[in-house]
Amino acid sequence: MDLQHINVKLFAERPEAVDREKFTLIFQGWIQDQVCDELLLDVADYLHVDAGPGIVLIGEEADFSMDETKHRLGLRYNRKRGLALDNAGKLAQALRAALQACLRLEADPRLGGKLTFNRRELELFVNDRAVAPNTEATWTACRGDLEKFFGKIFAGNTFKLERQPNPRERFGVTVKTEQDFDPQAILQAL
Amino acid sequence: MKSSHDLWKAQLEGKIAPDLARELDIFETEIQLRKQGKIDEKLFAETRLRRGAYGQRYDNGQRHDGAKVQQLKFPSGELTKGPTTFWDAPGMQRIKIPIGGLNAEQLEVLADLAEEYSDGIAHVTTRQDFQLHFIHIDDTPALMRRLAAVGITTREACGNSVRNVTACPYAGVCADEAFDVSPYARALAKFLLGHPDCQDFGRKFKPAFSGCKQHACGLVNIHDVGGIARVREENGQLRLGFEYVVGGGLGAVPFQAKIFDEFLPPEELLPTTQAIARVFARLGEKKNRNRARLKFLIKDLGLEKFQELVREERKILPHDPRWTGLIEAELNQQEKPLREGGELPSGGPDDFQRWLKTNIRPQRQKGYSVATVTLPLGDITPDQLRALADIARRFTHETLRTTVEQNIVLRWVSNRDLPDLYAALKAVGLGASGAGNIFDVVACPGTDTCKLGISASRGLAGELRKRLGEQAARLDQAVQNLHIKVSGCFNSCGQHHVADMGFYGVSRKAGNYTVPHFQVLLGGQWENNGGAYGLPIVAIPSKNIPAVVERLTGRFAKERGKGESFQDFYKRLGKVETKTMLEDLIKIPDHDSRPEYYSDWGDTREYTIGDIGTGECAGEVVSIAEFELAAAEREYFEAQVLYEKDQVQKSGETAFRSMVTAARALVKTEFLDVPAEADRVIEEFRKRFYDTQKFWDPFAGGKFGQMLFIAHQKAKEPYNAESAHHLLEEAQLFIDAAHSCYNKMAAQPAAPKAEG
Repeated sequence: MDLQHINVKLFAERPEAVDREKFTLIFQGWIQDQVCDELLLDVADYLHVDAGPGIVLIGEEADFSMDETKHRLGLRYNRKRGLALDNAGKLAQALRAALQACLRLEADPRLGGKLTFNRRELELFVNDRAVAPNTEATWTACRGDLEKFFGKIFAGNTFKLERQPNPRERFGVTVKTEQDFDPQAILQAL
Repeated sequence: MKSSHDLWKAQLEGKIAPDLARELDIFETEIQLRKQGKIDEKLFAETRLRRGAYGQRYDNGQRHDGAKVQQLKFPSGELTKGPTTFWDAPGMQRIKIPIGGLNAEQLEVLADLAEEYSDGIAHVTTRQDFQLHFIHIDDTPALMRRLAAVGITTREACGNSVRNVTACPYAGVCADEAFDVSPYARALAKFLLGHPDCQDFGRKFKPAFSGCKQHACGLVNIHDVGGIARVREENGQLRLGFEYVVGGGLGAVPFQAKIFDEFLPPEELLPTTQAIARVFARLGEKKNRNRARLKFLIKDLGLEKFQELVREERKILPHDPRWTGLIEAELNQQEKPLREGGELPSGGPDDFQRWLKTNIRPQRQKGYSVATVTLPLGDITPDQLRALADIARRFTHETLRTTVEQNIVLRWVSNRDLPDLYAALKAVGLGASGAGNIFDVVACPGTDTCKLGISASRGLAGELRKRLGEQAARLDQAVQNLHIKVSGCFNSCGQHHVADMGFYGVSRKAGNYTVPHFQVLLGGQWENNGGAYGLPIVAIPSKNIPAVVERLTGRFAKERGKGESFQDFYKRLGKVETKTMLEDLIKIPDHDSRPEYYSDWGDTREYTIGDIGTGECAGEVVSIAEFELAAAEREYFEAQVLYEKDQVQKSGETAFRSMVTAARALVKTEFLDVPAEADRVIEEFRKRFYDTQKFWDPFAGGKFGQMLFIAHQKAKEPYNAESAHHLLEEAQLFIDAAHSCYNKMAAQPAAPKAEG
């Protein structure tokens, strides 16, 4: 199974402490400096909708957003363009982009140190219902790749994969670790 | 492009109506041809616009990032999808929803598409459409197939075509309508979709319907054509008909529609509109897009002359059984309630009571109500769309409609279900009260995504919504009932002319800086189908607009006479006094002390007007002959593909068809109604272009025309690899010659008008 259009979301630890309106300013700055590998284009503000996409940094190959879906604030990386890599390569690419964005946000002085991301949980999903229908067959087909990938990057940190069960939603897996993972170490391992 | 593009094509095979499936295959081929440089960018722009695929801000590859203009280096390089519109630049997909009518399955598909192709938001427009933003053009065929599989087409959602047919969302359940206009509006939408008489307009053409004259819900007066339901007694019998109006429109120069016919019988609705379309196609302006709407043609001709021309045209229209057949079929599609009706609830918590007061409208049918789901700025998330689909199934027979106020209504809700419905909506963030009142600010996309936007209409609307919401409990009832509408520029997509307080984006210079402003309009009337248009008072810096609203509403609440409307109050106050009370808000503070005045609402960048691009509202004026020639090219391409796959018989047939299509393109410049049959096309081509030597090449003489005639003679014989290959070569020569002939004719000063 070719896992294209991988999305990764890492969750904010204390969402109530975060001034969400600051993300527009920050993301505009990312565009000014083109800080990511992807071509960054524009910022869309959806804070007025309930549990929506929040503030979205629109890119050509991928979007970054401070996403509020299901009332859980978090950084989401949404890979839009396909990649000619194997599944491990595509997972690594998406995770790397998401972690780098998280570290950049945590370090941004305009947020006053109030944004930190949970280091024991992340969500991964495939934003394409034809490539990866949310079925048991998909889970069976890609579970091995996922276990192998996370086994390698968590290196000894026990983890658990849980498939998102609602068939109307996209195929997704929640990854939970027993201990905090170290983003820098993961980035090096990737 | 999404990796699933071909998977969707395979998965949805057989699930899409054959005609629509074929149209989408053609569009996909056109995309391929454009990528290969085989379709001109102007022609491709109009082609995609007629599929609802619209350009978006920054698609010219430039964006001011607040400090400098960035050149956006898109992966496909210089490839364009229209003049100065880069291929990879995200675009908007408009999705036509006739009369705003939707079912639960369609909501679910919209949810999936918003998630997978867009930025996680579906947007309801001021003409009952949906829009998805930040879509890649390569993804549009798959997206359109997924819509087509649930009965939605995006055909003619943009471009110089018949746009969405809109109608009052309460039609059929409204207490004071003359009759239900829904079946007639749906029939007209079906009739005009792709109609040959509607393919050669110089500009868009917007129809609307209303069940009554006095309310606003259908906004008929702002449309090119519209029908207001009327009932008349004739010889003791009640007769249904329409007060049929023409030539309305907003835009930079707004026109109120004029009455074309006081009482148009239903059986004349479709043919009369067809006759208008033919007159518009024949006589409407094609070169100057600023004067190409129907309203200008009527102004130039005068209403009487226009009526005369349309009636003459009507007389010569060949009879079409669909004129009545489509209406009859639609009259059989009547909505029904899912559950037994009941009494309106009397108690409940305060928030529920507020919602009942503003979002519930009792139906004509006892025991039922229409519930409005208020969408902030017309936006809804995929999770909310799916939840709404569930709610629609639980409480109704999926009787949903979008509204011109960018909301969604659920019709046929049993009154006894209202507490449960409210709880279900509230649980997914859709239980906001204030539908259709001052908090429910309407806005076009403005500088968020529109190439023409001057100021941030959505940013302002969001700010006003937030501030007015905070003051909700303190606002006078007369103030709560007012309407605010915001457009990002003078083109009026936010319908600012028909609001109590309308605003449209402008800019002003302050020293070396440009400052975002909004022009303030007063005097517009929402009621009476948009019965009066507001006039500008003064331009105010964007950041002072909330203060303008506070001042205007405050004075109205304090000083109005008993029963005096907002319009009457400010008419009595006079323009001079009104402007005087806003005078201090005109002043722009200097940049160093108040830098926030130099950026727009919701946008932290320093303001610039350098990002304004060339709009695509007007589309590209492409003649019907150019479209036909492009179709011939595409058929020729298909013939080549078939040949490569060793399907020589099909390849030969398709190559011959491409020659006939090219010939028909030329014939249509003189004889619009030429039948599609090869024999007739070739007969007309010979008479009009070959025998007259118009088609002759300066060097080859009649050689290319003879190729068509010989291909026609041999068309009944089977093709083999050699004959198919030979025909492919000749077809290309013939199509090239057709292009040359058309270009020669187009270069002549006054091309003859086509026959009807």
